[in-house]
Amino acid sequence: MPTLHTINKSPFERSSFASALNHLLPGDALLMIEDGVVGARKSSAFAGRLEAAAKTCRVYVLGPDLAARGIAEKDVVAGATLVDYGGFVDLVTGHDRTQAWL
Amino acid sequence: MNDGKATNGAAGAKKRFMYVNRKAPYGTIYALESLEVVLISAAFEQDVSLAFLDDGVYQLTKGQNTTAIGMKNFSPTFKALGDYEIKKLYVEKESLDERGLAPEDLMQITYEDEDEDYAEKPLIHIVSRSELTEILARQDVLFNF
Repeated sequence: MPTLHTINKSPFERSSFASALNHLLPGDALLMIEDGVVGARKSSAFAGRLEAAAKTCRVYVLGPDLAARGIAEKDVVAGATLVDYGGFVDLVTGHDRTQAWL
Repeated sequence: MNDGKATNGAAGAKKRFMYVNRKAPYGTIYALESLEVVLISAAFEQDVSLAFLDDGVYQLTKGQNTTAIGMKNFSPTFKALGDYEIKKLYVEKESLDERGLAPEDLMQITYEDEDEDYAEKPLIHIVSRSELTEILARQDVLFNF
């Protein structure tokens, strides 16, 4: 019964991103949206924690929010998958529940 | 009543105004609001500078494309600041480093220096955290976004 976790805050500004990672179960999915995509930039101080989470969970990033902030696809951490708005909807409908870490 | 005081008062004084930007664009309205106020302040002929630290450095990344999120990409507006006599944009190096960003990831922003035959000069200055601390301490007024 996997859960979709969405995160819309930068890990550099709020503790909600860290809280999300602390409450992931193996098989859960994590989706970064809005300012949360800042956490997806590779070689950032936060990247290691996200890459570790990607080993047991599926990690997704909303492409339109990456593009808006000038983060290129090639600069996203390993193990993260880009999705569009349609993919966002599929993730919501494909999980039993959504936990939004606001 | 006191002519001397009137001429030396607020109307004639030039102050150092700094706009401190600490938030990524688009997720919240802070970044856009800051830029709006900066442009307004340009009309008052003050000594204006901008600081970008923490997630604020993301306001200056190049290649921003907001088509798919349906919001206006306001990053090109920073390139007009030189025309408003705003020529000092300070970016904190440590904030870039922590986010995996390099100076090359930022937009090229220049102004034409009319005192030097309109030579193109960079508006963005990469400064260390300690340098920025000292720059902040030199300001008369700080606006925080």
